[in-house]
Amino acid sequence: MNVMFFHLMPYADVDLKEAAKYDTAWVTFPNTNYDPIKGQALYNRYLDETVLAEELGYDGVCVNEHHQTSYGLMPSPIVMASILTRLTKRVRIAVLGSAIPLRNHPLTLAEEHAMLDVLSGGRLISGFVRGIGSEYHAFGVNPTFSHERFHEAHDLITRAWRDPGPFPFYGKHYQVNYVNLWPRPIQRPHPPIWIPSQGSKETIDFAAHPDHRYTYLQTFSPVTAVGKFLNMYRETAKQFGYTATDTQLGWAVPVYVAETDAQAVKEAEEHYQNFRHTFLKMPPEMLLPPGYTSRESLKAIALAKSSMREQNSFQANIDMGLVVVGSPTTVRERFTGYWKEFGFGNLLTMMQFGTLPAVLTVKSMRLFGAEVLPALQKLGPRGFEQGPPAVAKMREAALAK
Amino acid sequence: MSAFRDTTISVNGAKIALRRGGAGAPLLYLHGANGVPGVLPFMEQLAQRYDVLVPEHPGFGRSDEPDWVESIHDVAYFYLDFIEQLGLDGTHLVGTSLGGWIAMEIAVRNQTRLRSMTLAAPAGILVPSHPPADIFLMKPEESVRALFHDQTFAERMLAIPLTPETAELQVKNKFATARLAWDPRLHDPTLARWLHRVKIPTQIIWGDDDRIFAPVYAEALKTHIPHASVTILEQCGHLAHVEKTERFVRLVTEFAAKS
Repeated sequence: MNVMFFHLMPYADVDLKEAAKYDTAWVTFPNTNYDPIKGQALYNRYLDETVLAEELGYDGVCVNEHHQTSYGLMPSPIVMASILTRLTKRVRIAVLGSAIPLRNHPLTLAEEHAMLDVLSGGRLISGFVRGIGSEYHAFGVNPTFSHERFHEAHDLITRAWRDPGPFPFYGKHYQVNYVNLWPRPIQRPHPPIWIPSQGSKETIDFAAHPDHRYTYLQTFSPVTAVGKFLNMYRETAKQFGYTATDTQLGWAVPVYVAETDAQAVKEAEEHYQNFRHTFLKMPPEMLLPPGYTSRESLKAIALAKSSMREQNSFQANIDMGLVVVGSPTTVRERFTGYWKEFGFGNLLTMMQFGTLPAVLTVKSMRLFGAEVLPALQKLGPRGFEQGPPAVAKMREAALAK
Repeated sequence: MSAFRDTTISVNGAKIALRRGGAGAPLLYLHGANGVPGVLPFMEQLAQRYDVLVPEHPGFGRSDEPDWVESIHDVAYFYLDFIEQLGLDGTHLVGTSLGGWIAMEIAVRNQTRLRSMTLAAPAGILVPSHPPADIFLMKPEESVRALFHDQTFAERMLAIPLTPETAELQVKNKFATARLAWDPRLHDPTLARWLHRVKIPTQIIWGDDDRIFAPVYAEALKTHIPHASVTILEQCGHLAHVEKTERFVRLVTEFAAKS
C-alpha cells in the first residue's frame, strides 16, 4: 500500500480554557484567540514535520482545507502545497481536498492545481470536497445547492485539465466563454483525483462511477464505518460492472507510536482528547446545514456520530479504531489486520493531532518510519498510475526529439 | 367545527396543499419559514368574513418540491399563476415573515388582482445595521423561544412531542427556507429598488419585541412603501398572528374593509 503523511495543521497553541467557553472551535469561535506570532512558528514547525515525512520514506504528504477554525490553519491548502513542491523532491503532494463548491469560480482552482502539478513535476494528487457544513455558514454559500455546484465545478475543472482549449462551458452555476487553461497540468489526462468523505452513498456513487474511478478516502471514523463504506465502494463498483482496485480505497486515521503500548497511550491521550473535544467540537446545526446532506445520508451520519459520542474514554476510541496507538509492533499488527479485512491501498496517517507537541510528533514519526512504514508499504500493490515515472518518460521523449 | 377544508390542487404540474374556508372576498395567507402545520385561530376568525386560502408554498409542508422553485422569484411567479388559475380577484394578500417577503415579490410584479396587502414582520429587505437573527444556527429550543415575547407560547409549542412525521416536515421546511433565503440571507437585494411599484393599500405590522427582525425594519420598509401604514404591537414577538391573534385579526379586517 501507499503510506501517506497527512497534516491538519491545527492551532495547537489554542488557550484550552478559552476554547472551553464556546460550543465550537469553528466559525463563531473569535479569531482574537489566534496569535499570528505563534501561528508563524506553528506553520514552520508543521512544514518541517511534513518535509521529515519524505526523509522517512513516506509515499506522499497531504494537506487539507478548512475555514474559520482552530481545527486547521489551512484555509488555502494550495499555499502549503506550493511550498512543498520546492521543499520535497520525491513524494506525491495531495491536496485533500479543495472545497470546489465554495469557490466563486472553480476555474481558479483548476489553474492553481495545474500550477502545482507543473511545479512539482507531476506529483500532485487533487482532492475534491464540498467543504464541511460549517463552511457554508462561514461563506454564506447556499448548502442546498452544494451537490449541484460540486458536480458542475468538477465537470468544469476536469474538462479544463483534459480538453484542448479554448472551449465554451455553459453550466447552470458557471458560464465561461473561453476555457483555455495556462498552464495545463503535466499528468494526463489530469492529476489523480481523490475524494475524502465521512461516508455517504452519493459520494461513493460519484467516486466509484466508471467514468471517474476516483480514490475514495474514509476520514476519521470508527473502523466499523471504514469497513462499511469501503465495502460499499467495492459493491457499487461491482454494480457498475467492474472490480475496484485497492488503490481506489483509502483511510485517514490519527496514529501515535511510542516505545511501548503503555507509553504511547500515556503520551497521546491528552492531545488526542483535545482533538476530539476541543478542535472537533461543533453543534449539529453548524455541522449539517439544510441540504448539505440528503435526508437519507443525514440519518446514516447521525447514527455513525452517535456511536462516536457514546464512548469517550481514550481506550474506547482505540478499541473502535478511531485512532491507532501503541508500540511499533502493535501499530504494525493493527494496520496489517485492518488491511487484511478491508484491503485499502492507501493509508493516510495523521501523525500530529490536537495539541500533540513537536517533540512527541517527531518521536512518533521516527518510530513509525523506521519500524512500521516499511512493513506496511509491502502490503499489496504500491505506487500510482501516473506521476513522476510517466513524467520522466515524457521528458526523455521530449529530449529525444 | 372548522370552516376549513383540506384540498390539493395542481399548479404547473406541482401538487399544492391548500386549506380553504369561509366566504367573502378572497384572502390569500402566505405562511412563514416554519410552514403552517394546521388551521390556526386567526385563520378561523378571518374565515368568518373572507374566503380564506392557506396554501403551503411549493417545497413546504405537504406540497410538492418542484425543481422549478429555486428562488423567491420563482415562488412569486408561482403565486401569480396560482391566483390566475383560481380566478381570484380583489384579493387581500396577508403575509407573515417569509410569506410577507413573497407577498412583496408578487406585488412588484403584478398587482392587478390584489386589493390590499398586510405584511407582518416580513423578510425581504436588509437593514445592514440590524441583520436578521441567524435562524439556521439556532438550536431547536432557541429557535422556538426567539419567536415569542411571551415565553408561555414557546413553552406550549416546545411541549408538543416531535413525531417522525413532524420531524420530517421540519426538515423539509428548513430545506425549503434555506433554498430561498440562505444567500442572500432572508432578503433580495434588488427588491427595495422596485417597491415603489406597490400601489395597493399596504399595512405593516411589527412586534416591538421581534427577535428575528428588529422593529427598525418597519420604518425601513415604510421608506420604500411611503403610503403604507405602520402598527407596532406592544409585548409582541415575531409571530403577531399567533401571539396577538385578536389584534392581528382586527388590523387585517379593518384595513381590508377600508381598502
